[in-house]
Amino acid sequence: MLAAVGVDSLQEIFERQIPEGVRLNRELELPAGLPEQDVYEHLRALAARNTSAEDELSFLGAGMYDHYVPALIDMLTERSEFLTPYTPYQPEISQGGLQVMFEYQTAISELTGLPVSNASAYEGPSAVAAAGYLAKLHNGKAKLVVSAGMHPHSIETLRTNAHGYGMEVVEVPLRDGVTDPDAWAQAIDEDTSAAIFAQPNFYGAVEDGAALSAAAKAIAGEPQDGSSAGDPARVRASGPVVIAQVDPIALGVLKAPGECGVDVAVGEGQPLGNRLDFGGPSFGLFAAREEYLRRMPGRIAGETLDVDGRRGFVLTLQTREQHIRREKATSNICTAQALNALAGVVYLTWLGRRGIVELGELLLARTHYARETLSAIEGVEKLHEQPVIREFALRLDADVAAVRRRCAAEGVNPGVDLEALTGRETDRGGLLVAVTEKRSRADIDRLADVLAQAVAAERKATVAVYPMAGHR
Amino acid sequence: MSPIDENHLHADPGIESHHPAAAPATAASPLQRQGARTIFQKGAPGRRAFMCPAVDVPEADVVTLLPAHLRRSEGPRLPEVSEPEIVRHYVGISKRNFDLDSGFYPLGSCTMKHNPRLHERAAALPGHARLHPLQDPERAQGALELMWNLQEALAEISGLPHVSLQPSAGSHGELAGVLLSRAYHEDRGESRHKVLTPDTAHGTNPATVTMAGLEVVKVATNADGGVDIEDLRAKADGDVACLMLTNPNTLGLFDPNIAEIAEIVHGVGATLYYDGANLNAVMGLSRPGDMGFDIVHFNLHKSFTQPHGGGGPGSGPIAVSERVAPYLPVPVVARGEDGAFTLDHDRPKSIGRLRGFHGNYGCFVRSYAYICSLGGDGLKDASETAVLNANYLLARLREHGVAEYLPLAYGELCMHEFVLSGGPMKKTLEIKTLDLAKRLLDFGFHPPTVYFPLLVDEALMVEPTETETKETLDAFADAIAAILKEAAQDPEIARGAPYTTPVRRLDEVAAAKRPVIRQAL
Repeated sequence: MLAAVGVDSLQEIFERQIPEGVRLNRELELPAGLPEQDVYEHLRALAARNTSAEDELSFLGAGMYDHYVPALIDMLTERSEFLTPYTPYQPEISQGGLQVMFEYQTAISELTGLPVSNASAYEGPSAVAAAGYLAKLHNGKAKLVVSAGMHPHSIETLRTNAHGYGMEVVEVPLRDGVTDPDAWAQAIDEDTSAAIFAQPNFYGAVEDGAALSAAAKAIAGEPQDGSSAGDPARVRASGPVVIAQVDPIALGVLKAPGECGVDVAVGEGQPLGNRLDFGGPSFGLFAAREEYLRRMPGRIAGETLDVDGRRGFVLTLQTREQHIRREKATSNICTAQALNALAGVVYLTWLGRRGIVELGELLLARTHYARETLSAIEGVEKLHEQPVIREFALRLDADVAAVRRRCAAEGVNPGVDLEALTGRETDRGGLLVAVTEKRSRADIDRLADVLAQAVAAERKATVAVYPMAGHR
Repeated sequence: MSPIDENHLHADPGIESHHPAAAPATAASPLQRQGARTIFQKGAPGRRAFMCPAVDVPEADVVTLLPAHLRRSEGPRLPEVSEPEIVRHYVGISKRNFDLDSGFYPLGSCTMKHNPRLHERAAALPGHARLHPLQDPERAQGALELMWNLQEALAEISGLPHVSLQPSAGSHGELAGVLLSRAYHEDRGESRHKVLTPDTAHGTNPATVTMAGLEVVKVATNADGGVDIEDLRAKADGDVACLMLTNPNTLGLFDPNIAEIAEIVHGVGATLYYDGANLNAVMGLSRPGDMGFDIVHFNLHKSFTQPHGGGGPGSGPIAVSERVAPYLPVPVVARGEDGAFTLDHDRPKSIGRLRGFHGNYGCFVRSYAYICSLGGDGLKDASETAVLNANYLLARLREHGVAEYLPLAYGELCMHEFVLSGGPMKKTLEIKTLDLAKRLLDFGFHPPTVYFPLLVDEALMVEPTETETKETLDAFADAIAAILKEAAQDPEIARGAPYTTPVRRLDEVAAAKRPVIRQAL
């Protein structure tokens, strides 16, 4: 091979190209390579030091959930034909992947009640940020109004990105567990580019999506000072873009964003057939009304015909994208989450038209049961009275971290310490409990027993040490 | 050319016969005849795969649990199919994909190297796959240690000491990098609004700059394919936040003036950003940090074997120098004095979060497994072999019968990839680079990246990677030569290609004009 290249040594290839001064003339300081079986053993040993959802009775949620992933998803996502290709740049030999995207788009469109979906975004919070950018491109206004019921990671991600693309983020507080309708209406004005809420919200409460959308849309969109006359993007705008971050698994029973007057629905796709993976990879869903189609971020598969008149699929509307439009692109996204979106559409197909409703109703019933059972415990109360679907917030009259430690010792993870995650003082004592179809009534009853003991023990300990203590 | 495996989606294109008529005359293959019906067009009312667990809690009235105005009037019209139907459907359409496990995939700048299956097995261990991201750090020590070790390895490979694993893909890493650069300047009280990018840059670079609220200024490429130093000097001023560079660049060339470039950029107080898409050329050979870069992103799905999945998932960690470190996204994995690992959220100068949780951990497991398998020596060996393979394939394509139609665009040798120009081919043989690419499909190869970089006429960007054999490289070179020879006799064959694929050329214009992007129900 060297002779064909016309060099005497491999070294010569590098010496002729990499200047002496920037060559690394030493070995990398990394451990020596290992045989396959040793690498497996190392990774197995690391895995063994993690307490997974298989090792304890877990009620953790807050964005990612331990739903059952059917075995056929493993089989399909491990197939070479889906696992190992690149983005489908050559459609004639990528019909499988492109058809999956087309089917995925159809499923997400059905789920959200919105006519157009892309082929996936990275994950939930960055999809929220991408929707904010879409709003900026759409109406050029400066303000993003967000409900405090958004997942804190979504708000933080939106802030990071909004600082980049030059927008201000204004947070609207909650009242009785849901977005305060008065504060919401007050915060949204003619400079508002987008109004964003979560459904159900971070605290598990189902928002009145239709009312929030209607309130946002009621704001007149025309700039009052006439300063931007002649700017077509602003003249066209009428009120803010209404964006909802939705939990896709709830959409079997929950009014669809499209029915609620929402313009753009985004969300974390992990509950749909994707494993927890310590937070990723999963996928972000991104669907919208027709008028936003040409400003959507990411890949979109479209239907067409080949020269012989056969139906086929291609990546379409690529004039939105970075590889064509460069600095004028609607997003910089390139590699997204195709394999995770495949898991998502296979999962939805597996659930099926009836299954997604049945699952939603099961979650409603179990979550309701869990909430009533746990809030009956002495020292435990509901954080709010709003309807909940798969997750709910409690307030403990005890130190949450200490209670969680006591529960962990019993093999139970009772949920997420709210204050630790949000950093909000108002969340002190808060515990966020998620119930999936994998948590049976017996599991919930066991949680109730363990939590009751832990709270009682912790209250006793606190009272003994600090007789006047108590959070309220 | 050996006949193609019968399980492969391509029929034998008949290359042995060199008979021009042989190719176009093919009848529709069974795969072609299948036609594309989506899962929404299959099944029957009431058919299902999922058996819902029983409602084991006291029956409650659903209407009271979720009032009517919040409830859905009609459920989503998802498919109604059985499990065997789902399996047949998706296995069936999977066969309409070409994939890396089936054949050569020399897609330039994409680093389509072998994906070891050990990584899938390791990532599927419940301790990794079923670990909740909000598990208490003290009960996720294995995961945090893995992340820490990966950070350390990436720091050593890049020569930049501080790493964040958070970005979800390369372009997300770029966004992180530009926001970091912006934060660095803002913290110094400077408002710099320009970012320099060479005209050879990946499209994600300029798109990222706009999303970060900054302005793109293009820098010209010189006659040797490197950064035009005079143009850079002219454009580098106090308004420049950053220069984004890929080195080796998208022409597969290592910029010999890299030290001078770094000096110019640092001289005006700007930062230097390394697009790590082409890192596979230099692992263990040269480090971005030593070249003077302040920020680098990695593509774990390129250099570090995370399977591409047909367009993701990827992962785009970043490594930075000391002066940029305070602005890294939160959280970062830290190690305490007692050796315990924690997630550090308390970084007051951080740009903030770029996404939920800690990044694409599943990808970290795979890439960490890769680094453990290869070690420092192995990574260097991988890069050396990648460069050798590229140069060997280039040499084969510079032989008589090819080079006169597809000359090398720039340079003499190359790093891990090279760019040919199809300009002369288009002029003399009257077939375009697109035609050559489509005809390659009939030969069982994935074509190279085409029409990029933009400054090369009819560009063909070839990256063979280190995991291909000499036999494969030879077969690919022979196929190119055969197609050119065939085109000299009858250019119509390539212009009408492909013939053996599940569908033939598709009408992309019609697709974009009247977009149909979901199944009508």
